Amino acid sequence: MLTYTIRRLILAVPTLLFISLVIFLIVKLSPSDPTAGLPLTIPPEVREQIRQSLGVNDPVFVQYFKWLKLMVWNEPLHLIESWTGWQVGPEGPRIISYQTRSPVMDLIMQRMPQTLWVVGTSYIVGILIAVPIGVISAYRQYSIFDQVGTFISMLGFSVPTFFTGVLFIVIFAVQLGWFPSVYDTTHVVTDWDSFVVQLKQIIMPVMVLGLYNASQISRFMRASMLDNLNQDYVRTARAKGLTEKVVVLVHVLRNSMIPVVTVIALNVPSVFGGAIITEQVFKVNGIGQLLIIAIQGGDIPVVQTVSFIFAILIVLFNLLADVLYGVLDPRIRYD
Amino acid sequence: MTDSADRPNQPMQTAGATPAGAAPVMELEAYRPPRNQWWDVWDQFKSHKGAMVGLGFFVFALLFVYVGPLIWTIDPTYIDIRARNSGPSMAHPMGADQLGRDTLARMMTGGRTSIAVGLTAMLLSLVLGTLIGVLAGYFKKLDGPLMRTTDLFLALPLLPLLLVIIMLFRDQLRAAFGPEGGIFVLIVVVIGITSWMQTARVVRGDVLALKEREFVLAARSIGTPSSRMILRHILPNVMSPIMVSATLGIANAIITESALSFLGLGFPSDFPTWGRLLFDATDWLQQNPERVIWPGLAISLTVLSVNYIGDGLRDALDPRIRGR
Repeated sequence: MLTYTIRRLILAVPTLLFISLVIFLIVKLSPSDPTAGLPLTIPPEVREQIRQSLGVNDPVFVQYFKWLKLMVWNEPLHLIESWTGWQVGPEGPRIISYQTRSPVMDLIMQRMPQTLWVVGTSYIVGILIAVPIGVISAYRQYSIFDQVGTFISMLGFSVPTFFTGVLFIVIFAVQLGWFPSVYDTTHVVTDWDSFVVQLKQIIMPVMVLGLYNASQISRFMRASMLDNLNQDYVRTARAKGLTEKVVVLVHVLRNSMIPVVTVIALNVPSVFGGAIITEQVFKVNGIGQLLIIAIQGGDIPVVQTVSFIFAILIVLFNLLADVLYGVLDPRIRYD
Repeated sequence: MTDSADRPNQPMQTAGATPAGAAPVMELEAYRPPRNQWWDVWDQFKSHKGAMVGLGFFVFALLFVYVGPLIWTIDPTYIDIRARNSGPSMAHPMGADQLGRDTLARMMTGGRTSIAVGLTAMLLSLVLGTLIGVLAGYFKKLDGPLMRTTDLFLALPLLPLLLVIIMLFRDQLRAAFGPEGGIFVLIVVVIGITSWMQTARVVRGDVLALKEREFVLAARSIGTPSSRMILRHILPNVMSPIMVSATLGIANAIITESALSFLGLGFPSDFPTWGRLLFDATDWLQQNPERVIWPGLAISLTVLSVNYIGDGLRDALDPRIRGR
């Protein structure tokens, strides 16, 4: 298992290098100009000097390797420094945003908590809704509960989050006025009242994303439970006289969780991707909104860095899912 | 699909192949005329209620966007300034927008673009996915490199990349193909080349299994060249997973296009799509909350119906389930 993990980790390096090259080239080969957003009164020579100072006139591969060094060496060290306080951050340039002139990693770190808070809560809520629904639908297959559950999960799967989000705003914020339509990230929880405010503003984004996640996971949960319920070991457990509760919730559930856990791990990066839209709907100033603003403003360093972070997440969670599968299921041996 | 017609029909003595709700099995066993297998698929498909409702709605949506403008002849760009921001009325059954343009007419034109994007992007991703899947499964030498490429594509962060590509290359394509055509080509191509991976994987798996079957061996022993082998023997047999991923592809393409339009990076507002109409309506949420409902409902119901069609097709094309 350990050798497999190490081998996968080593294989992830060329994958990430290739993805970084693709991201870099797509952005670089496009006709966008980093000085396009500056005032028109700037004379052409000065404009040229600005381009020179940003390093956009170097050969593409020189730029790529410079960016890569910053991305995989300088920035992680600065990150460690800001977290632990150790003086390990190297001297020299950092990846600077064109729009704000501050290091990109600082921008991302400012916005990460909001995204993690909303996305994380909604994912946990989604799992908590999905697992019981999946278990009951499989146990009572073709019952009314199963039919309704399957229909709702199909609905949650098909209705895009930007429509459910807007619909929730129309119903709960505009018509009923229960919840605010904008997620205020400057809000600090200090006492019970401010906690209630926080709860109110997080309910809608969490429900929108949670519903979407729950509909995907509950389908897997149901299918996986159905696979296991007909197995011989279930009959054996019943024959031994175990109660139905123990049979379903201990024997079957634990075995059915194996593929579901890997699906949960596999879906984490796509949840981050989907959060881009939800953040836009509820005006959460998270990492997705940073990406949108950067794309609209032609802020190439931010776009490259955020996309690359998404790519790292995908590769890491794919690896995690495969390793988890091997750890949880002793029948699977990779060596 | 015409290729499958000249495939020898399997003998159908089992009760499993009887059409649901047809005459009793006993009589049919006596004489059974040879029958195209696609009729069996259709019979099984008909028994899936959700799929039939889905198919009905999808046909309705197609009629709405393609035949609808012939009946409801208001020009979607015509500005009736007195009716601006108005709710549903006789003159404008779905109301009018902030400039007084008729929402029903805009829904029809918007839907035409949305569905056209969905169908074309699906076709492109299907062709790419099938090509790569068949090549990787059939030719051993190509398997490694093609599947590594597929894995790499699966690891790309798709939504950020889509946004970046569209933002950066929009102006060039607009200059080359005109404002409407440029964006259409861009969005279709971008969705197509980022969604073929699942099809390729499924098709490759099926081709690998088919290659070991006797009829392939027989065909090879009489000296069938690879190209005819693929077109006549392999492709007709991998039709079912391809058709299922086609439905999923339409749903995926429609959602992706609306998401892009919703983020303001899709079609411009003069060439509405359902996603764009929804995006424009969110600015008027306080005054006209019902304006977001129509495009949202249209996207959701179309995707839902396509997903149900896919569900029904999957059951109908699976010979183990068919007839049960």
